[in-house]
Amino acid sequence: MIGRRRKARDAVLVPAVERKPEEALGEDPQRTVPRFGHGSRVPGWDDAVDLTKDPSEIPDPATTPVDATLREEIEAHMSKYPDFRSAAIPALAAAQRHHGWCSPEAIEQVACVMRLTPGYLVAVASFYDMLETRPVGRHSIYVCTNISCSLCGADELMERIVEQTDGDPDFNVRAFECLGACDIAPMASVDGVYVGPIALDEVPTLISQVRDGSPPLPDKQLRLRKSTDPGAARAEPGQMTPTGTTDKYGGEMPGQAAGPPAPIENPTVEEAEE
Amino acid sequence: MTEPILFAGIDEPGLHTIDVYRRRGGYEMLRRALKSMTPQAVLDELLASGLRGRGGAGFPTGKKISFIPGVQVDKYLVCNADESEPGTFKDRELMQKSPHMLIEGIIIGAYAAGANRSFIYIRGEYAEQADILDAALVEAESAGYLGEDILDSGFDLSLVVHRGAGAYICGEETGLLDSLEGKRGNPRLKPPFPANQGLYQGPTLINNVETLATIPHIVRMGGEAYAKIGTETSAGTKLVSVSGNVQRPGNYEVELGIPSREIIFGLAGGPPEGREVKLWFPGGSSAPVLTKDDLDLPYDFNALAEAGSMLGSGAIIVVDDSVPVVDVALKLAKFYRHESCGKCTPCREGTNWTVKMLERIDAGLATPMDLDIMASVQDQIIGNCLCVLGDAMAMPIGSMVAKFRDEFEAHIEAARERDPWRGAPEPPTPLIQGAVGA
Repeated sequence: MIGRRRKARDAVLVPAVERKPEEALGEDPQRTVPRFGHGSRVPGWDDAVDLTKDPSEIPDPATTPVDATLREEIEAHMSKYPDFRSAAIPALAAAQRHHGWCSPEAIEQVACVMRLTPGYLVAVASFYDMLETRPVGRHSIYVCTNISCSLCGADELMERIVEQTDGDPDFNVRAFECLGACDIAPMASVDGVYVGPIALDEVPTLISQVRDGSPPLPDKQLRLRKSTDPGAARAEPGQMTPTGTTDKYGGEMPGQAAGPPAPIENPTVEEAEE
Repeated sequence: MTEPILFAGIDEPGLHTIDVYRRRGGYEMLRRALKSMTPQAVLDELLASGLRGRGGAGFPTGKKISFIPGVQVDKYLVCNADESEPGTFKDRELMQKSPHMLIEGIIIGAYAAGANRSFIYIRGEYAEQADILDAALVEAESAGYLGEDILDSGFDLSLVVHRGAGAYICGEETGLLDSLEGKRGNPRLKPPFPANQGLYQGPTLINNVETLATIPHIVRMGGEAYAKIGTETSAGTKLVSVSGNVQRPGNYEVELGIPSREIIFGLAGGPPEGREVKLWFPGGSSAPVLTKDDLDLPYDFNALAEAGSMLGSGAIIVVDDSVPVVDVALKLAKFYRHESCGKCTPCREGTNWTVKMLERIDAGLATPMDLDIMASVQDQIIGNCLCVLGDAMAMPIGSMVAKFRDEFEAHIEAARERDPWRGAPEPPTPLIQGAVGA
């Protein structure tokens, strides 16, 4: 009832308001962090801790076999930083590529190569969305469902993709926070390749392409997209027009023509003309 | 209107390779800076240019560099390419199409700051862009622009492309530093500021991709010529990412100070036929919302701040009149709830409660009184946390409640009318099964 503002003190509670169970509020695709009955979000929270056990130590290289390529990759990452611990995220990502997810075994191997405790690495892995702490399908489809994309129909796209993959264990379909590609909304990152805008009827094609291992929607990939800025297309390097005469949007702007002349020296003028 | 600076000819095929970039005059400014200018001279140009940080806070870049102490220790330059602010995608296009421009800017910036190690922290989702940067890095190293004794000037610089793994909070500068050190990305208490104690406890300069990519152009044009573009307090051009309910979403390079209407309607085409702008975020989803009455504001740092919002990262999200404001608020609050790192209580609990209250509004369980409670929750988040993630939710939600209160109240009424539970209480569901009764 627009216009009839109710003062806070006049407002009354609805008779006998009951707390609705969370399920009644509808399925929430964004809620990727599972919550348990009492609201805990930590897996294993309810399990009794073995208090007699020591915390896990840095694994012994003699008893922890690590694949040679994985070891090399982790060591290469470690050598890039002044402090080797900086390599924790790249190393976990490498282990995830190798094992499919950050399994206890993968964590153990990274810990062994990096000489860190598994606990430290679990703490890191559980913080970041792209490091999986439970088994997932090998094809990841991250659907951006943040504000810009949802204004363009990302929620329907997410629904359709979930419907089409239909619980296929090969797929890891997730609603993801802003992927930084709102210009191609609604979009998805398919095995790391940005694709969009995806029409709802293209979803079956997309899924079958992913199943076949062919590139997803090749003509809709982000890397092929030209800049939308009209200035970017017109201003060829070395051929810049003097400013102040026309604006880059193609017309004269009488009110703004007196704008500051910005002489853009372009050092490539001679080279480009040759 | 001026010619584009960063986006000039950005679509040229092969610009991401060093050959094409050099043919266009790339790395000439690096040569000029290292050969004929002292670090102080470069810094003076940056100070004169009036360049303000393009990542969100709008802090003058030259001043930030001048805070780096001149002591003889390892100093670091970190390029913040985490770009996770919803609605922002300008750095992605820049890195994808012209990675060498960024690398050249990093080298000149590090020269001015006296840094000898540099890092690009790129978000993990940008896998393609990180690969492009990696390839560009190898090219720049083999051409002698990175490494020891760059161009025989005695200046050393190493550069590492570090990939994150998906966390909004790592775009916050101290959260980014913790993440770069291989920890969970929790923000740190400030002070000490990163300029004094940042990465590995050393003096650290952190700048956005766009800021650093502008530096070679400032060296080329001279600081004073650059300062003439834009307005007095907001110099230069800005990449603006326009998205949401517009006909031509995309990145546009505009001169700061042009009317916002020109960007939303002139460049991006405005909302689809027959619809109107209901509200718009001028600087990413963290900026307080503006309405259609504010469309004529000049798009620069000060004018937007005076209007009660901010330019932020330069991401305009347009919401048209077909979208209920409660949906926008709920989407936003859920995002911040998911991304809150949990270190500070007001943010961790405040985001969670805001989502719960908005869900109650949507489910028909709220009264208009809840709006006041929600507004007070937002007030208590702002300024009470280590970083601004909580504020980033509290400011837009608070502004939506303030500006669209009538619509919120109408939504509450409508949802209560529709709600089948109204007046028909069901027995309470025990939270822990089996805990009630026996």
